[in-house]
Amino acid sequence: MSIQSNRLSKEEYENNFSDIHPPFGFDETAVIEANRCFNCFDAPCTKLCPTTIDIPRFIRQIASGDIKGSARTIFSSNIMGTGCSKVCPVEKLCEGVCVYHFLKEKPVSIAKLQRFSTEKALREKWKLFDRKHGIGKKVAVVGAGPAGLSCAHALSMSGVDVTIFEKEKRPGGLMTYGIAGYKVTSGFCQDEIDYILSIGGIQIQLEKELENHFTLEQLRKNYDAVFLGIGLGMTRSLNIPGESLEGVIDAMTFIKQIRTLEHSQIAVGEKVAVIGMGMTAIDAATQAKRLGAREVTLVYRRSVREKPCTDTELKVALLDGCSILWLMSPKEILGENGKVKKLVCEKMILGEPDNSSRRAPVPMGETVTIDVDLIIKATGQVPYETLIRKSSVQDKDGKISINDMAMTTIPGIFAGGDAVSGGKEVVNAVQAGKNAAQAILAYLR
Amino acid sequence: MADIHSNFLGIKSPNPFWLSSGPPTDKKINVIRALEAGWGGVVWKTLGTQIKNVSSRYSSLHFNGRKIAGFNNIELISDRPLELNLLEIREVLRLFPDRAMVVSLMTDNNKESWHEVVKKTQDTGAHGIELNFSCPHGMVERSMGAAVGQDPEIARMVVEWVMEVAEIPVITKLTPNVHSVVPVGRAVVEAGSNGISLINTIQSVTGIDLDTLVPNPNVGGSSAFGGYCGPAVKPIALKFLTTLVQDEVTKSAPISGIGGITTWKDAVEFFLLGASNVQVCTAAMLNGFRIINDLCEGLGNWMDDKGYKTLDEIIGLSVPKMTKWEKLDINFHIVANINHDRCIHCGLCYITCEDTSHQSVEMEQSVPYNTYKIKEEECVGCNLCKIVCPINGCITMLERRKGDEYINWLEYQKRGLPLNDH
Repeated sequence: MSIQSNRLSKEEYENNFSDIHPPFGFDETAVIEANRCFNCFDAPCTKLCPTTIDIPRFIRQIASGDIKGSARTIFSSNIMGTGCSKVCPVEKLCEGVCVYHFLKEKPVSIAKLQRFSTEKALREKWKLFDRKHGIGKKVAVVGAGPAGLSCAHALSMSGVDVTIFEKEKRPGGLMTYGIAGYKVTSGFCQDEIDYILSIGGIQIQLEKELENHFTLEQLRKNYDAVFLGIGLGMTRSLNIPGESLEGVIDAMTFIKQIRTLEHSQIAVGEKVAVIGMGMTAIDAATQAKRLGAREVTLVYRRSVREKPCTDTELKVALLDGCSILWLMSPKEILGENGKVKKLVCEKMILGEPDNSSRRAPVPMGETVTIDVDLIIKATGQVPYETLIRKSSVQDKDGKISINDMAMTTIPGIFAGGDAVSGGKEVVNAVQAGKNAAQAILAYLR
Repeated sequence: MADIHSNFLGIKSPNPFWLSSGPPTDKKINVIRALEAGWGGVVWKTLGTQIKNVSSRYSSLHFNGRKIAGFNNIELISDRPLELNLLEIREVLRLFPDRAMVVSLMTDNNKESWHEVVKKTQDTGAHGIELNFSCPHGMVERSMGAAVGQDPEIARMVVEWVMEVAEIPVITKLTPNVHSVVPVGRAVVEAGSNGISLINTIQSVTGIDLDTLVPNPNVGGSSAFGGYCGPAVKPIALKFLTTLVQDEVTKSAPISGIGGITTWKDAVEFFLLGASNVQVCTAAMLNGFRIINDLCEGLGNWMDDKGYKTLDEIIGLSVPKMTKWEKLDINFHIVANINHDRCIHCGLCYITCEDTSHQSVEMEQSVPYNTYKIKEEECVGCNLCKIVCPINGCITMLERRKGDEYINWLEYQKRGLPLNDH
């Protein structure tokens, strides 16, 4: 057993990381699917979309052949509509409440239709929005993730000059670095960002990190307002013995490698355990498998009913051949020569509901030991608590506190996205950025 | 199984479905394929004057993607030599003696031409003649086709010429490009036409290519009015059919119903409104001849379900149910009712009633699904909600009479009862 790269052939890598939800192959099939839509009034799908895209409308526009209008409808609610069409867990959002479910039929393929229009817009570089004349205001946005980009776009449209500071080499945040490669590619993310920035008035400074290269105080002085869309940090520690052994990695680091290196360069174990059962855990497990790991086991301390990922995501992992240990909590990692060798898990039973209102796992006093050489921690990211406290905005358990106008406790400093929510979907971050932009515009007036 | 044999003016066929005069019946090879597939008979594509066709001839009206609601053509009558057609007609008659063979005719407006073409047709042994007084394009400019069918006196004259030499049944095919088919229908019946067929196509422009700005079909950068047919024209055909069946003069002539017949249900509707048989063209053009089996079987199954044994039993059954507006019962009143077990919460009943009808649907909003209720006291019973509801049986109309007595508009007005009361 060892951790090594280059396990598969070029073709296998290509096949394993090809688009998991391929687009419509023909314009006609998109129109046929669009015509399945009942065109609901006050539609359930729109109500469950965090950015409230007028879904029946953009689908009607596809059906009528107005693809440009359809793309404008989507982008005016969600400027990352293309990316969201690929990464949204639509089974629990728009498509999950499509009225076709009452008919025991497949919902309208909303995401696929959204992708149809918006990808065309990206490909053809349609100019769908005009920027207002400059209003002589400057706003700094910290973080070029979905929240920051969405906020910047909305501000720029209203004539504000925006500067985005991004600590990484590339913009996009988790879209670029934290989502499975078979959902979005780096090339796509860059195209989407280029399209968003084509509105003009937005400047991005890469590899500029808060506190390291500039302070919030400086931004406050030099800009009329500041938006913090800094996201979250590394994965929560397991706090168990053996966590520092070689072969224990963070899911975020693992996925970032996949999104930045050639697939053949990424080392993966023979027997991999992934701790957690959220979307990131699934992304890590399936990609470990797709990189050639022989066995991948997801370890989760609760039961299938409490899992944070959707059924659809779980099915992806199962179809990839990942196995699952339900009701198991990592207790200790055993090593040999400083390298991971075994994972000892404690069997759990569900007790009373905890403050997440899910039944809490309680140890049964029995353990199970599995052979592993790589452990990927995907138990949720933790906030940048230290960084936030340094900035002296108020927080709650490290999550930035904001009022209903998206403003932090410091006037003129706004925030949104995962840094505030503690970790939600891309689409929630886009909406948070949009809301903050409106609040900032009101503040600047 | 019900007996669907048909007898139209003594012309017998194993089923009441004839292919109407058109591209599917313009030569032996197609007609043989059709008869092999099981069609009851054909009306051979119009013979007579020599013509020349253009290229690019059809266009269509699509809905819901690739579904075809309407079809349009600028093709003229047969462009093959008369003698060749007559030869092929003889051959088909020999191969399929049990099927109906009717030949459509159109020629120059003089007695000699008509006498000649009628005689030549009869010599083939064909069972009947259909006079094309209805083609709406190309021939009209030469005072033929619909130009004849739009003028009762010219139509009467031509039928009289034909009847002078006709020895087999004569059917006159009428054009719908008139405000009423009754005047010309009366003229041809009075002149001796044995039967009537209707409708031919309706003059139309199906659409325009929004890139080239040339209307369809595009003939080298130009277009011309074509003849509209297909499912979209059925309601118009049924209306014209009914007016002939209701008229004292024309009701004596058996009618061959034509116009958008696509399924067995369409055919049943033509029979119920008085057609004695039906003719189909567009549906065959868009699907191939194989649909004949579905037409026959569907018709037979429906007749079996309803207990009808022969076609004669169903012809005209709905005619007495078509009355004049002024004879409708004003006290009859219905209101919508939503079956909440079937409701899928699409809200179409609400938004359509709220925006365009009588604000009779109440909405209770919630996430993700709203609930809808009918305000019976506001509902005028227009059916709109029931029509837009995607689910059969979700919205039904319940009878809530305004009074026990049958009272129509004439009586209502005579008694000076209140108006504009909603």
